[in-house]
Formats: sequence, structure tokens, C-alpha cells
Amino acid sequence: MQEVIYLDNAATTATRPEVVEAMLPYFTQHYGNPSTIYSLGQESHAAVDHAREVIAGSLGAKPEEIYFTAGGSESDNWAIKAAAEAYAKKGKHIITSKIEHHAVLHTCQYLEQHGFEVTYLDVDEYGRISLDELKAAIRPDTILISIMFANNEIGTIEPVAEIGKIARQAGVLFHTDAVQAYGQVPIDVDAMCIDMLSASGHKLSGPKGIGFLYIRKGLKLRSFVHGGAQERKRRAGTENVPGIVGLGKAAEIALKTMPERTAKERELRDYLIKNMLEKVPYSRLNGHPEERLPGNANFCFRFVEGESLLMMLDMAGICGSSGSACTSGSLDPSHVLLAIGLPHEIAHGSLRLTLNESNTKEQMDYVVENTARIIEQLRAMSPLYEDFVKKNAK
Amino acid sequence: MSAYSEKVMDHFQHPRNMGEIENASGVGTVGNAKCGDIMRIFLDIDDDGIIRDVKFKTFGCGAAVATSSMATELVKGKRIEDALKITNAAVMEALDGLPPVKVHCSLLAEEAIHAALWDYAEKKGIKIEGLEKPKSDIHEGEEEEQEDY
Repeated sequence: MQEVIYLDNAATTATRPEVVEAMLPYFTQHYGNPSTIYSLGQESHAAVDHAREVIAGSLGAKPEEIYFTAGGSESDNWAIKAAAEAYAKKGKHIITSKIEHHAVLHTCQYLEQHGFEVTYLDVDEYGRISLDELKAAIRPDTILISIMFANNEIGTIEPVAEIGKIARQAGVLFHTDAVQAYGQVPIDVDAMCIDMLSASGHKLSGPKGIGFLYIRKGLKLRSFVHGGAQERKRRAGTENVPGIVGLGKAAEIALKTMPERTAKERELRDYLIKNMLEKVPYSRLNGHPEERLPGNANFCFRFVEGESLLMMLDMAGICGSSGSACTSGSLDPSHVLLAIGLPHEIAHGSLRLTLNESNTKEQMDYVVENTARIIEQLRAMSPLYEDFVKKNAK
Repeated sequence: MSAYSEKVMDHFQHPRNMGEIENASGVGTVGNAKCGDIMRIFLDIDDDGIIRDVKFKTFGCGAAVATSSMATELVKGKRIEDALKITNAAVMEALDGLPPVKVHCSLLAEEAIHAALWDYAEKKGIKIEGLEKPKSDIHEGEEEEQEDY
């Protein structure tokens, strides 16, 4: 069988075997409900506490500031809706960016239907917001700034510490969606003046269906789920103990291995980018060349469409993703690619490849070679390329 | 990505009649690069009104490629009036169906055939019974200038 080269780690990751191993006893052996008083339940309670401590430690936070959720989307929903509700008396204005994940964008749109006003900041050609525009957008009734730590499509890292400082000075809450960044880049919630932070387990080789929201102590946010005393009465429901244990283990490993692992990823990523741009004509890199996530490479290839490209890559055993309309289920290509100024027809031809530390240079060579071959095939089929060649010949 | 039938995958992986016809009797281009689909059909029609050869070029998703490929197979060797009767439903049926979000691709294939026939009729100065001017026909040069990298 053909070897599969998995380059879609921004979509999800394989769960580490050590993580699975850590989780297993909490299904069949230590299955007690953490809310119970007998020792079987207390074992579960202790495991949840330990995971909370590990995660708090990874962010420079206190354990009681970590709230387990079902994942990144829930954390984003909770942070934004609860902050809006809690601070509505102060004002009804929220600032975010045009390149946020839909979990943030759609939540903001929902709030707009309920009397809130939202400013969507533009980004530059690399996908970075302007700090001056952010400052100018803050009004007396601004209650929340929600800017992602790093973008899920193009990998660009936002100037989070500077944003945090601006928010703090203006007395505005700062939430960051760190689903892609957590475990990939160092984060310190105090030094970066972050008030709320969303993260998800399955992006850092942890299990799916588990994530957390960091909420700075003292913030008066409403409960997300009512009905129990779990998570300091803010999110009721029996804890997903195996999931929490897995997330804690994944966070512990991610933190421990970060310098070495991300250095390797960066080197591979830059090797892939350099070769791809060299070997494929009419191609470009999307996102910031340096200020980007260690494993993220995102390209546009003119005259081809993303879904066709993905299907042909799949036939060559390569898993990637695209921001084309056909992969989004709508007529518009990715809002992120449009926000960095790409015309629709170019945005349709995007390819995101997200690596991890287990990838090799040989795999990158194979990927570049096959992508170049496939792009050539698709261009031979493309009326856009035909027109382009004829126009140039004139 | 949508779940495609085996036939769609086959036509995507092995597109029939892909290419160009020089000095074609009729050429039709439909679709919109903005939406991510463009189809171009080339027809070679003989004096008896029979489609002797047909080629296509497509910029688009897997379904767009497969519907173009299937549409060319369905019209090849047909008389003009019979080719006109080939609807998007026929193209879809021949492909064992398309996911709902991809049905527009089959409409595009039908329109591309009609656009190529319209072009043929205009060149010949004839009227083809039952053929209406295609709506979404685009012509070269109409596309916005793209910035260079």
C-alpha cells in the first residue's frame, strides 16, 4: 500500500500513543465520577486536577483559571457571548478581525443580531492587524477585543503581546483564539495581558472533543452550562475525565518538546516553501514569511482550483487542505485569503500543508515533485491558463 | 470534499476528450472564475450537422471536470438537434449522480454545450431550433486583469 503523507495537522493531529496510554485507565479502571466522595471518584478528581495544573503551568496561569470545554469552538462561543452579556451595561461594542475562525466570526454575527456592534479589523497582505487601527477602533463603549493568536489557514502570528497591552491600557477585555498556537509557540497570559484564551486538544496531538478556556481570575462571566458545580459552577456536566487526562498529557509533552520540535518543523517548512516556489511557476506563499506557525505552509497556484488539486494529491497519498469555494461548501473562497487581498480566482487555487515533527525531507521532496506534476496537468486542462498563455504570446 | 460516485472519480481521474480543437466549428465558455468554475467546449461539426469531435477544458472542482468529460462523451457523434436534448439531468444520471452542492456543475456542462452550439450557429449564420442565447457565456478579454506575482 502507498504510504500516506499526512500534511493536515492544522485540521487535526494523530493522538500520541503516550496520550492514549495515559487516557485508557480512566475508561475502565478509574471510571469514578470526580464529584463523588469515595476513593474511586477521588482518583478521577485528582487526575482532572493534575491536568488542570499542567495546563495552567504551560500558560503562566493559575489552575482555577482553566475551564475544560468540549473544544475550541465552544471556548470561543463561551468567551465572547459571556463577556458580551456580562459587560453589556458598560457598552455593546466588540472588536475582532476579518480573519478569525468562524467560531469567533459567527458568534460575533450572532451578537450583532442581538444589539451589539462589531468592528472587523482589516489585515495587511500577510494577515496581520494594524495596531494603530486597533487603537483607533476602541471606543468608550468597547467591551471586548477578540483577536486570534495565529491564523488557522495562513499560519500568521498576530502581535498578541502588543494587542494585550493596548487592551489593558484601554480597560477592555482581551480574548484570543489560540487553538492553532497553543503548544506551538510560547504563551504567557500575564506577560501578554490575555484575559481569555481558547485552546483545543486535538490540535496538539491530544484527543478530540476536549479543550479549555482560560478565564482570568476576577472576570465575572456567566456560566456556559447550568446544572452542576463542575468547573467552579461555570460549566456543568460530568467531566470528560479521559479527555481531560489526554489533553493534560498532550499539553505536558507539547510544552516539554516545544523548542526542539518546532525548530525541526520550521526547518522542514522553510525547505518545503523554498522548493515549492522554485519548482512551481505562478505560485505564491500566503501568510507572513517569518511570523508564522512552525508547521504551516500555504500556497496559491494560479489557474488551478483547490478541490481538484486536493483530489489528485490524495491519489498520490498526500493529505492537504484548500480554501477554495468547493471545499468550503459555498461559492466564495476562504474569507482569510480574500482578506489578505487575493482575487477570488487566485484564492480558489490555494493549498495548505501543515507539518509535524515526524515528517521528513524526503517526504517534502515527494510532495513538491507531485504537486508540480499535478499543477502542470491541471493547467493543461485549464481554460484560464490557455487564455493566459495566448495573451502572453500576443 | 464531497462523496463522489465511482463514475465521477473515473471521469475525474481519466478525463475523456480533454484538450482543444484548432479552428473549431464552435467554442463555448461558461462559468465564472470568481465562483471557481469555468468550462470551455470545442465542437467540430460536419456539413451534415453531426458533431464529429468534441474537446473540453475546465477550471474547477472534481465534479466540474467529471461533468465536462461526461458531457463530451454524450454529445460526440450526435446530430445537433439530439445534442441539444442532452440536459444536465442526463449528465448527472450518466455519472450515477452528484452530491447536492455539485448539481450546478452539471448545469454548467449543459450550458457549455449550448454556448458552443450558439457560437457555431453565429459563425454559420444559421438559427438552431430551440437554442437560446446562453446566459453565462463569457468571452476572452472580459476577465479582469490579474496582478502579477
